[in-house]
Amino acid sequence: MNMLNSKSKIKANGSDILLNCLLEQGVDTIFGYPGGAILNVYDALYKRQKEIRHILTAHEQGASHAADGYARSTGKVGVCFATSGPGATNLTTGVATAYMDSSPVVFITCNVNTDLIGRDSFQEVDITGVTLPITKCNYSVSDITKLADTIREGFAVARSGRPGPVLIDIQKNVTAAETDYEFLPLDQHFSHGRLVRLQKTFHPSVSSPEPDLEAIDKLADMLEKAERPLLVCGGGVVRSRAEKEFRKLAEYLDSPVAITVMGGGAYSGSDPLKTGMIGMHGSQASNMACDACDLLLAVGCRFSDRVTLNPSTFALKAKIVQIDIDASEIDKNVKTAHHIIGDAKRILTLLLDRLKTKKDHSDWKSYVFSFKVETEYDDPQDGVLTPKQVLSTAAEILPEDTIVTTDVGQHQMWAIQHFKFSYPGQLITSGGFGTMGFGLGAAIGAQIGNPEKSVLHVTGDGSFRMNCNELCTEQYYKLPIITLVFNNSCLGMVRQWQHLIYHERYSQTTLDRGPDFAALAQAYGLNACRIEDVDSLRKALTEAVNSRSSGKGWVIDCHIDIDEMVRPMVGGNSHIANFMLD
Amino acid sequence: MADDKELKRYTIITAMDNVAGVLSQVTHLFSRKGFNIETIAAGWTTDQKVTRFTIEIFSDEAKVNLLCNQLRKLVPIHYVEILPPEKAIRRELMLVRVHAADKAARNEIIQIANIFRGSVIDITKDSMTLSVIGDEQKTEAFESLLKEFGIIELARTGIVAIERGEL
Repeated sequence: MNMLNSKSKIKANGSDILLNCLLEQGVDTIFGYPGGAILNVYDALYKRQKEIRHILTAHEQGASHAADGYARSTGKVGVCFATSGPGATNLTTGVATAYMDSSPVVFITCNVNTDLIGRDSFQEVDITGVTLPITKCNYSVSDITKLADTIREGFAVARSGRPGPVLIDIQKNVTAAETDYEFLPLDQHFSHGRLVRLQKTFHPSVSSPEPDLEAIDKLADMLEKAERPLLVCGGGVVRSRAEKEFRKLAEYLDSPVAITVMGGGAYSGSDPLKTGMIGMHGSQASNMACDACDLLLAVGCRFSDRVTLNPSTFALKAKIVQIDIDASEIDKNVKTAHHIIGDAKRILTLLLDRLKTKKDHSDWKSYVFSFKVETEYDDPQDGVLTPKQVLSTAAEILPEDTIVTTDVGQHQMWAIQHFKFSYPGQLITSGGFGTMGFGLGAAIGAQIGNPEKSVLHVTGDGSFRMNCNELCTEQYYKLPIITLVFNNSCLGMVRQWQHLIYHERYSQTTLDRGPDFAALAQAYGLNACRIEDVDSLRKALTEAVNSRSSGKGWVIDCHIDIDEMVRPMVGGNSHIANFMLD
Repeated sequence: MADDKELKRYTIITAMDNVAGVLSQVTHLFSRKGFNIETIAAGWTTDQKVTRFTIEIFSDEAKVNLLCNQLRKLVPIHYVEILPPEKAIRRELMLVRVHAADKAARNEIIQIANIFRGSVIDITKDSMTLSVIGDEQKTEAFESLLKEFGIIELARTGIVAIERGEL
């Protein structure tokens, strides 16, 4: 009998209820790592391998980033399992990464038995206490009768409103206890448990606020009058998948479009209206436009310090308008002249209905585009490979729709500046939390969620060394991920700051040490090579693309100069148009 | 904008599910956002499943509004309001035990308590325990008058507040 088609109540234990609840959500993939407290759940999983696929990583942190990468690249909720104590705390960097970038991931941990809680039992930790500030909501389940509704609520919270991670900690005895379970279709979840109240009161955790129509009228009026508009495409456009509406708005307004790190992919990188990234490593065109515009409309952007730099001098000539789903983001970092709270797609659709005639801002555009949109890096010296050569070669050889995941540092900025992303979910990067070691796990999640697409993992030698243990996951699951290591034998971004601000005192940033990444990758059973020139890079990438069907990943260790810098650059808390580096 | 930055005392009323961990969730948010809670008082409402908090903080207007929006995002929260001072009825209960070794002292303490509509809860050979209800101005005045007798122990509940009815 197929349990899921049965309307009748069944008696089930907590572990089966958990798995059934995941099936209610349409979950077919879990990333995780087993352990003592979560044994019952893994036992249930063993019996249901055909319904739910479990991806075993090398480390819980890898699983957390994989679930996040899966969520970001598919738009679905990612799911990650870990056991109590160290299993749970190993997730925390991944939880915080998902939280800062509003990525919907449900983390399920198990804890010690209820009667052992609070006694410093083996592998016990108060993980709900630990993750309180880095989850949208978390739950500790000690009552089997509340388990199903808690999981339903957790998923609803993770995916709705402003998405974010949720952690559900289930005490081990609950995973063995039995109670009645009845399959509840997803569309009926809001008629059960606490979701009833949350929906009835339009609680922001589970609903998108319905936008104020008068506020949209006012914005339409402001846009009509604007002479020098600048649009800022933020991560909210990605999460809301509002790229079509955003593009229509840009075309109607004839407005330059600056893109934040989190907004990458939501506005086509090859569109003539784009001015590139904005902020600390923003293009001259973006930052100068920001400084001169008379109306700055930011969609799904929280004006982080890496975008605004000095908030008191940010876009001083402009009326700042913010569209955001989260009321607590309004006026948080910069004072706005006008704002609309709600889902980006919904608001932009309503706004487009109100706009009458197409604008022509040729003069303004010619001013903005008199500044550079793309950084002009120096030509190669002494034949040493440059970051630009590596990225140009990758862009030339890899399919256009390749998903790019990054770690954090110089390579991240270079990749975001260089690649022309064209759809939401194509760029997967730790923008808010800046988690080194995110990229490989995220690439695994993205490849599992998008088996038909090529996945490129761009990393640096510092970041890659942190979590390269996940190469075994890549190998085992036959994931043809291509890892491009920008190997400059240092922590490049920190070194860049030491060079510019700390008078070249390179404290603890020189990584003149192993491993030999190519040899390491080969030890993991992957294809690998060390690259020092463009021709061999082209050859390796071509081979990687052609051998994709073999399911064997590649690690391409590209040696670049230690003194390469990310340009342009504006110093922290400086005025956005005061470039420290052109 | 200048007015936004002025520090004022704000009374925040919030109701939330009466379940384990909610108190720490709420207080943690205050500390995370850099607020010191001046007073906090909580108890269930007409519905035992819902706990109502009165929390007072010093803040400027922009920051308190931001904080309230952040509170509203917490899943167990039912509502969050800032009570405007002119509409707020604010009271706290203070319990105080003072030295009262002789008859004169006892008489004087009883008189003070009467003026403040306080009451004597306990009396021993050498001490008295009193209670008084009021806002912080009243309880502080009461406290300062009792200081000269020697305060042995003092406890406050923290302010609870409710909105005045419409006239």
